[in-house]
Amino acid sequence: MRLGNLIQLGIKELRGLARDPMLLVLIAYSFTLAVYEGANTLPETLNRAAIAIVDEDHSPVSTRIAMAFTDPYFSTPRLISQYEMDRRMDAGLDTFALDIPPDFQRDLLARKAPSIQLNVDATRISQAFNGSGYVEQIVGAEIAEFLARTREAQTPPIDLALRARFNPELKRSWFGAVDHLIMSITMLSIILTGAALIREREHGTIEHLLVMPVTPLEIMVSKVWSMGAVVLVASTLSITFVVKGWLAVTIDGSVALFLLGAALHLFATTSMGIFLATVAGSMPQFGLLLIMILLPLQTLSGSMTPRESMPQFVQDIMLAAPNTHFVLLAQAILFRGAGLEAVWPQLLALTLIGVVFFLIALRRFRDFLA
Amino acid sequence: MNTTVAAGAPDGPGSVVRLDGVGLSYGKTRALDAITLDLPSGCTIGLIGPDGVGKSSLLALIAGAREIQQGSVHVLGGDMASSRHRRNVCPDIAYMPQGLGKNLYPTLSVFENIDFFGRLFGHDTAERSRRIAGLLRDTGLTPFADRPAEKLSGGMKQKVGLCCALIHDPELLILDEPTTGVDPLSRRQFWELIASIRSGRPGMSVIVSTAYMEEAAQFDFLIAMNAGRVLATGTPAELKQRTGADTLDDAFIRLLPETDRGNHTSVVIPPRDADHDEIAIEADHLTRRFNDFVAVDDVSFRIRKGEIFGFLGSNGCGKTTTMKMLTGLLPVSEGNARLFGKAIDAGDMSVRQRIGYMSQGFSLYSELTVTQNLDLHARLFDLPAQTIDARIDEMIARFDLTDVTDALPDALPLGLRQRLSLAVAMIHSPDILILDEPTSGVDPIARDHFWQILAELSRKDNVTIFVSTHFMNEAERCDRISLMHAGRVLISDAPAAIIAKRGAATLEQAFIGYLEDAIGGDKNASPQAAIAPPAARPKRTRSAVFNLRRMLAYTRREALELRRDPIRATLAILGSVLLLFVLGYGISMDVEDLTFAVLDRDDTAISRDYSLQIAGSRYFTEKAPIKDYADLDRRMRKGEISLAIELPPGFGRDVSRGRHVEIGAWVDGANPTRAETLRSYAQAIHATWLAQKGRELYGEAAIAGSYQLALRYRYNPDVRSVVAMAPGIIPLLLIMIPAVLAALAVVREKELGSIVNFYVTPVTRLEFLLGMQLPYVVLAFANFLLLVAFALTVFGVPFAGSFLTYAVAALLYVTATTAIGLVISTFMNSQIAALFGTVLITLIPAIQYSGLIDPVSSLQGVGKMIGLVYPTSYFVTISRGTFSKGLGFATLHNDLLALAVMIPVLLATSALLLKKQAR
Repeated sequence: MRLGNLIQLGIKELRGLARDPMLLVLIAYSFTLAVYEGANTLPETLNRAAIAIVDEDHSPVSTRIAMAFTDPYFSTPRLISQYEMDRRMDAGLDTFALDIPPDFQRDLLARKAPSIQLNVDATRISQAFNGSGYVEQIVGAEIAEFLARTREAQTPPIDLALRARFNPELKRSWFGAVDHLIMSITMLSIILTGAALIREREHGTIEHLLVMPVTPLEIMVSKVWSMGAVVLVASTLSITFVVKGWLAVTIDGSVALFLLGAALHLFATTSMGIFLATVAGSMPQFGLLLIMILLPLQTLSGSMTPRESMPQFVQDIMLAAPNTHFVLLAQAILFRGAGLEAVWPQLLALTLIGVVFFLIALRRFRDFLA
Repeated sequence: MNTTVAAGAPDGPGSVVRLDGVGLSYGKTRALDAITLDLPSGCTIGLIGPDGVGKSSLLALIAGAREIQQGSVHVLGGDMASSRHRRNVCPDIAYMPQGLGKNLYPTLSVFENIDFFGRLFGHDTAERSRRIAGLLRDTGLTPFADRPAEKLSGGMKQKVGLCCALIHDPELLILDEPTTGVDPLSRRQFWELIASIRSGRPGMSVIVSTAYMEEAAQFDFLIAMNAGRVLATGTPAELKQRTGADTLDDAFIRLLPETDRGNHTSVVIPPRDADHDEIAIEADHLTRRFNDFVAVDDVSFRIRKGEIFGFLGSNGCGKTTTMKMLTGLLPVSEGNARLFGKAIDAGDMSVRQRIGYMSQGFSLYSELTVTQNLDLHARLFDLPAQTIDARIDEMIARFDLTDVTDALPDALPLGLRQRLSLAVAMIHSPDILILDEPTSGVDPIARDHFWQILAELSRKDNVTIFVSTHFMNEAERCDRISLMHAGRVLISDAPAAIIAKRGAATLEQAFIGYLEDAIGGDKNASPQAAIAPPAARPKRTRSAVFNLRRMLAYTRREALELRRDPIRATLAILGSVLLLFVLGYGISMDVEDLTFAVLDRDDTAISRDYSLQIAGSRYFTEKAPIKDYADLDRRMRKGEISLAIELPPGFGRDVSRGRHVEIGAWVDGANPTRAETLRSYAQAIHATWLAQKGRELYGEAAIAGSYQLALRYRYNPDVRSVVAMAPGIIPLLLIMIPAVLAALAVVREKELGSIVNFYVTPVTRLEFLLGMQLPYVVLAFANFLLLVAFALTVFGVPFAGSFLTYAVAALLYVTATTAIGLVISTFMNSQIAALFGTVLITLIPAIQYSGLIDPVSSLQGVGKMIGLVYPTSYFVTISRGTFSKGLGFATLHNDLLALAVMIPVLLATSALLLKKQAR
């Protein structure tokens, strides 16, 4: 392997990329707007949730409860009859339906412990659980306030002082921004290297390279380093100017350590790009493969939903994917301010996976050229 | 003046095509300019001229494949601008576009390809099998009927193309460079075939474009074209006479305007000095196998230093493979190859320093400028840094590239690009040049210029040149040539000697003679003497508005192609199940097995009871107790624990005495969604514990004034994510993948060029669209069944409602979603854009506005409008209704109706947007 060749071939890749406007736009978009959008469009679990109230009591308490549901968590409650309730829930019009029974207030004051029924459309799983929690809180607060004058000690005065660490206000935008940055890094590195190889193949230039004194290893390494470098530079800019600057996310940990992790991750993903390109052969086929590979890779890596809620075998399989370790590492460093002593197992795993992927891709690449 | 009379006026007797003032532009490029022509019928008309002068555009206009921009085109007595006339005459016109097998389907067999065209022209089974058998017999393709088109040689592909064109007995046959890249024997056979067809049908007119002047000399009438204009028309004899040239090649060059001709001189190659007898290249019983296919079979030759050695043969005869073995690109299976007496080792870099190689087709970096290309190659060949600039200047001067040093190769004419390729191949001053068809597609003047350079390199610099070509006049310039066929060298000698040995008049005839000997007893490969004339002109079903057979022809073909494309087929069949699996497990809202640990500073029965309360919940898993704050901090940073609880000293005592106590709790806020869930779990557990303690401490008084909130999780009582997700994801998957596949099917035809079959055959837009859609509707429905089965068994989601209603709705839904793919396909031109475009266009409204997260009823503004017209909204309701809510047709009929209404609307939209001609 000659260093000179690696540099020359890598520069050639960069020049080729510089003349591909589509890819440049994709890079620019993925590391700026996509990250920004990712931060701002991550849906709140509860956003104008549809709620209906069957008020059979028509008392001050029931009115009070009905008035308590407001934007942004709930849409203005629709007052319906009990007969309508089933029909509307069947049609999927309401997610929550609160049924306040007749004589609720009277029974409440008479200490008969009356019950309110809350119907939840549990097919809207994302809202069902947290939403019912909110409904419970709101109803509880309203009733407590109503009862305030007659209130007496009922439970021991023990408070649970709950604080969220690392992101005290639980701002979704923080999580969304970093999550999207991670996604862009994986996606772009695979697309760029894959496209670089397919471009050469479609133009017939790969053959041309081979009659020159360069080896397949040199060709592959030059693609890996050049495209990896592009993604790494773009990530650095993105984390500095978009994540920290534009979105004002507080980053606790060391950005340099994160970038080291990213570089190791890129080693694996760029190799994957080469591998997929040799399997696909043409851009459209590459695109199809990408859909089938990227989606599982990102969804199951633990970036969107935590790994522990996936079945054990999925968790085990995903240990072979670089994303899993990269997501763990990125979240630990960027959110929790973890240092080298905490993330070294991930760094090690990424290195190992990178080497294995690189060797497999190199083997495949050599066969592909022959 | 009545315009109808003018437009419908009968063309002059014997005029098959009349062009008047025809012009055509692609963006800023003027492809055709003021073409006015009157072509006689019943004869063979040749269109001659180099690449890129507008021949193909003109033929496409005549065939009706391209929209007329300027002027008028009259074919077979009618105006081709009128879609009615085009519909009427298209069964009488056959068009074979440029490019070997361009309008064929590569994975389909010979028979399937021809059969497809037969179906498009409405022939029934008996008629088709009779005609196909006849065509295959006449073209000698019968033994290859089951071979996929992509595995045929160039000559055979063209014969299949001809069969496809002839299946419907056209009156006008339009052939665009049918013999480019085809070996001389196949070429001769091709023309014999055309001649015998014409003798059987004397009324048929043939219009053909060609780059081979030898061929053109045989035609009845010629049109010489250059730069979008007609230079001259007339019989070959007339053209030669007018210019006073001996050959048509020369005649054409003399017809060119002075400026284009430049300082053209005939190529003169001085004889070789005989004293160079050193052997530069030696091939000794070279053999190369690819699996069981022998590409090169026992080839031996010796090339002396400074010799120009030519390689002739058809596409796929093994020329390129031989060259690649000599460059060390391909390992040798048997035998050996030596350069200057040294055996070639595929891994040996020093060999490469001595060879300059130009691969077939242009293969330089189109993203680098001329200078950058030269510079890159100089550096890769490791030229000393201080000499690089000088060497580049030298090359630029020598190969006449001074004016274009900063240009990108794509902007250069082909001839110039070939010179640049040669300059690149020469940058490291190799002793040997290996050139694989360097001049194909290049105009005669540029070719001569190129050969002049080769002559100099050979004679002055003593460079050994090993070159392959299709052109006989180039072969004649070589010192020695080898004729190759099917991996074997037939003869190897000086051109004159070969002609003499064979006793032939020209090299071409000699070559054909050798080829015929080689093919020998294999009578099937040579054409029959005369093609059987068609028994009777068949009755045609004249362009009915909708013909089921034509539609099913497309369905059948698409299904066959899909079956043979592993990546697309996998996505079509397994893609959705894979994604259901991934999303079902990946987007889980269940939060279970959350890790927590306790920093218990009290360590009394009450404090332990509190920890146990959490540990006993199915949501939490307890980790080793926390030692101190540092431990807490470290473990939370690592992500080892998600919830940390601190019970203060004296906790048990204070609780018992009813004093105010504060328990500290920290949740990991890294993932806010999870943190919120964590928080609500922790609060719920805390509250339960409190209530319990309250009852223990205060007895029944605790419930005074309280109420109960009875929670009823409907339809999914266990609140399991998968139960809720699956009926929601199925609609998502059934829009994304079917729409992508349907869009790709159409755009693929556009990108690969076979869309031209839709342009020039009687198939209507609706037949085409429905035909393409049908296999994907069937596939998507099969996918639906698979998804439901997967959800029921693997995920264990209960199904409560009417399956029949669900299935009918799914059928309507996938018909609508594939139709959305068709609509998208009408405004996409590349597969990659169609792929990602379709994913984005279908997924965003499906996820955001289709009631998956929030009911459409609670959306506002544009989102609500999209939700109301988007099919996914209705199918999500049906999917959840039948799956989880136990509903049936009675409740859901309105949603089914909405889906049914969308189908004709979407299909009509795509039919309106689809163009029946290229623009």
